[in-house]
Parts: sequence; C-alpha cells; structure tokens
Amino acid sequence: MSELTMREASAPATHQPAKSDWRPPSYWPFVLPAIITVSAVIVFPWAFTLWMSLNEWTVGGTSSFVGFANYLRLPRDPRFADAVVHTLYYTVLSVLLPLLLGTLSAVIFHARFPLRGFLRGIFVMPMMATPVAIALVWTMMFHPQLGVLNYLLSLVGIPPQLWVFEPSTVIPSLVLVETWQWTPLIMLILLGGLAAIPTEPYESALIDGASRWQMFYYITLPMIAPFLMVAAIIRTIDAVKSFDIIYAITQGGPGTASETINLYLYSVAFAYYDIGYGSAIAVVFFALVIGLSVLLLALRQRTKWTEVGGAL
Amino acid sequence: MTLRAILDRFLLMVAVAIIVSPALFFFIWMLSLSLKYEVDNAAYPPILIPENFAWQNYRSVLESNRFPLFFRNSLIVTGTATLVGLMVGVPAGYGIARMKATRSAIVILIARMTPGLSYLIPLFLLFQWLGLMGTLWPQIIIHLVITVPIIIWIMIGYFETTPMELEEAATIDGANRWQVFRHVALPIAKPGVTVAFILAVIFSWNNFVFGIVLAGRETRTLPVAVYNMISFEQLSWGPLAAAALIVTLPVLLLTIVAQRQIIAGLTAGAVKGG
Repeated sequence: MSELTMREASAPATHQPAKSDWRPPSYWPFVLPAIITVSAVIVFPWAFTLWMSLNEWTVGGTSSFVGFANYLRLPRDPRFADAVVHTLYYTVLSVLLPLLLGTLSAVIFHARFPLRGFLRGIFVMPMMATPVAIALVWTMMFHPQLGVLNYLLSLVGIPPQLWVFEPSTVIPSLVLVETWQWTPLIMLILLGGLAAIPTEPYESALIDGASRWQMFYYITLPMIAPFLMVAAIIRTIDAVKSFDIIYAITQGGPGTASETINLYLYSVAFAYYDIGYGSAIAVVFFALVIGLSVLLLALRQRTKWTEVGGAL
Repeated sequence: MTLRAILDRFLLMVAVAIIVSPALFFFIWMLSLSLKYEVDNAAYPPILIPENFAWQNYRSVLESNRFPLFFRNSLIVTGTATLVGLMVGVPAGYGIARMKATRSAIVILIARMTPGLSYLIPLFLLFQWLGLMGTLWPQIIIHLVITVPIIIWIMIGYFETTPMELEEAATIDGANRWQVFRHVALPIAKPGVTVAFILAVIFSWNNFVFGIVLAGRETRTLPVAVYNMISFEQLSWGPLAAAALIVTLPVLLLTIVAQRQIIAGLTAGAVKGG
C-alpha cells in the first residue's frame, strides 16, 4: 500500500514558514490512541493466532505446544482441499462477472440521462443493504416451488432450477447474489476512471471515422485499465473471504458443496472448538489472500495508482 | 434531433432500465413479501401487490422476538464502536497525513485484507478469560476492527488534500498543534468526518459474523436476531421479510439521504468492512 498512497509525493511541496527555528512538529500524540487500539484489536489477535496455530487447544482451556502439527494436518484434510477448490471457483466467478457487468454499467452511467443520480442511488443500494437481510430474501426467491426466480424463468421458457438446493448449482447461485450485491462497487470505481478520460482522443477518433466499439476498445479500455485492475484486486480480496451471504443462505451446504475456506474455518474454530487447527487454517487463509493480492499487484506494475489508491 | 440521436436515446434508456432492474425488483419484491399473508406468499403465479396488506407481519416482528432489545443492542454496539472509532481514528488520520507516514498505515491494509473471522479466535478467548462474555463489550470492542481502519483510511485521504497554509498561519500565530487540529484542520475536514462516520456506521450495523460468535441470548444484534429467526423458529415468509426489511431500513434510508457522500467515500476510501 505504501506505493498506493504515494499521492502525497506528487502533492505540491509545502513551503517552509518564515521562522528559522521552525521544526516539523511531532504528531505522535494524535496517532498514539490509534496505535494502542489497532495493536489491541488487530496486531495482538494476529500474533496470538500465529501462536495458537502452533498449539493444541483442549476443551479444558489448556494448550500445549505442538509445533507445525496443525499445518501438517491440512494436506491430509479432504474437507480443507474441497474448501480450497470451492473458494477458487467462487472467487473466479465472483470477480469476473461483476467486472464485466460493472464495466458495462459504468459506461452506461457515464452517459447523461434524466434521473441519473437517483437511479445510481438505487443501483448502489444492494451493496449497502444488510447482508443477512438480503440473504434471507434471496433464500425465499431461490425456493424451487414458491420462489419468484423459477417463475421468472418460466416466463422465458427455462425449466425450474434447484438453485442453492443442488450441489452443482449452489455456487453459481451464490455468485449471482454476490454479483448482484457488488457490481455497483466496480461500477463506482470505473465511473471514476471514465470521468478522468480527456475528450480529445474521442474527437480525433471520430474524425478518423472510428466505430463506437473501436473507440471503446482502443481508447476507453486502455484508459480505465488501472481502475479495472484496482477493482479486480478489491473484488478478489472481498470474494475470497466472503462469508455472510454463503453462511446465511446455505451454511456451506447442501452437504459441504458451498463450503469455502472461510466457512470451514468458522466450523473448525467455533463449531468444533478446535482452536489450534482453526488458527492454522486462518494463517494459511490469510497467506492465500496476501498471495493473491501480491500476484495482482505484480500484474499491474505499469498502471497508475495515484487517483484510486485509496480505494484499497 | 436526428433519427439516429432519438434511437440512441431510446437504447440508452433501455440499457439503464435493464441494469437498474435487478436492484429495483429485489427491493420491491422484499417489500411485497413483507406485506403479504401466507396465502399470497404461497400463491402461484406469484402475486406482487396483494388485495389485503398484512401489516400485522410488522407488528408481530416488532412486538415479539424481543426486537426492541436487539435493536437497542445494535444501536449501542454500532454507536459506541463508531464514536470510539472517530475519537481514535480522526486524529490518527490527521497525524499520519501530516507526518507523511502513510507507510505506517500498512496495518490498515492488513485489516482490509484479513478475513474478519480470524480476529475472532484470539479475541473470543481473551473475552472469555476477562469474563466479558454475556455483556455487549466483546462486540463493541471487536467492531473497532471494522470502524477504526475505515475511519483512519478515509481521514488520511481527506487531510492529505486539505491545504496546509491555514495551519501554518495558525502555528505562526502561536497556536499549538492541538489547537491547529481542533480549530483549523478539523472544521475543514468536516465533510470527510461525515463520510467516515456514515461508512463506519453502515459496515458495523451490517456486520454479522462477529455477532454469531460473540452474542449471547440477551446480547444479539439485529442481523444475528434475524438469522436466528430463520434457523430456530418456523416463521412464515411474511414476518421474516418484514424483519429483514426493518434491519436494513436504517441503512437504506441513509443510502438515499447521503448518497453522494457515501459514493465519495466508497470510491476514495475503504470499501468493505468484513
């Protein structure tokens, strides 16, 4: 992130006040309460999780050091392997679909039309609504007999689906909810990108007789590429650790067909109270998220972050 | 207007209607479910607007299920976590921005990337050891994981873009750092504080995972209470949808009222609280 926030480096240099004995003031008293809070609720838990992952925790409340035994359990745990596969499947779909639809909707919302602000407000509502509440309503809409989705499908002649009640369709169905909820965020980020494009390239392209698709492909897309990359990274981080929607709609089911790493971690730590193993899963999971982020950061090396760095 | 321009206009409006309809349809359907009697909710083909509105769905939710208690819990948890977050986070954002120590905000990025669930294991043990379980304190404290990073992050961005000239002038006039912050920097950054406040409230209010682990029978927040309605009580769809709507209503109203601020905050600052 350090490079993401380098925008201050390009900010106009602050001129030195006239006084010769002026020193840059120390702002530590402003930051200290936050350092204490962040240490207590973020740094301490992480250090403790690392420590717990090296221990075996018994229900009586005592722990004993077992080294990497918890980590060695992971490769032999078929449920964990399944969870990894589900997580990757879920993540790939819920990054690609929102990116595609988000780009489309950003282009549409970039145009001027009546009630644009109001309609954009409605479009953004899903991402602000309480996840458990919307999960509940989606569960009703997914209902095979009484749900409105199968009725809507029947109107266009598509046979009824089992949605989240069938192992083969449960993850795509959950991705549908995830896409519905988070496409607006991609749209907002890309809308920022579209606003930053100068009009000259389009004017000269128009003179050259370029088609609309050519203008989008050769001008718009390259110009918003850095924003697309930021959106992709944010979406990846969020999708990989998605919890509320999956848990509230399927609890990882049917069976374990939609159990992602995050849900498995929840079961291990808070249903089986296997604290040591749960901590090991948490550490591996975190490493996976960081790994994905670093991979994506490496991919975008030449893109400019300054405008959107804060979004991460 | 040429024919081409009229056609363009028409196609644009169709495209707008198509992309907005999933969100619009969902919330209308949610409202419809919450206002229908069981007969109408089980009807096929589905009924959008019933002949008789089942207002009693709302009454049964508000009167039973100790909803007022859970509403109060949510208010206390979100309110306290947001206020503490502001008291700690706004000065921190200022300090970090002025020291140009944005590198130190790396911790905030880690908080952004870390799954919220992973904070629960150690803090759960700590709260048990401190004997805090059964009170609202565990949830208030853990919600700081959501509010503090959002607030610091947004405030760094805000203070970085506010001009230094006034602050320098005040310093030369003899104001100390605290006075400069309190009387010069803070008033200028007020819109930023509003954005940070709104987003912290929304993401704390919506949080579910911390509640399911840390909340007891008396300390449930609204999202947990609603979830428990699905799993433990055989309720019909109407009251369930009414409960869902009540939980998310404050956030939806806030989104409508403060839409521009929210969008500014989401695109410039922290994103998702989990």
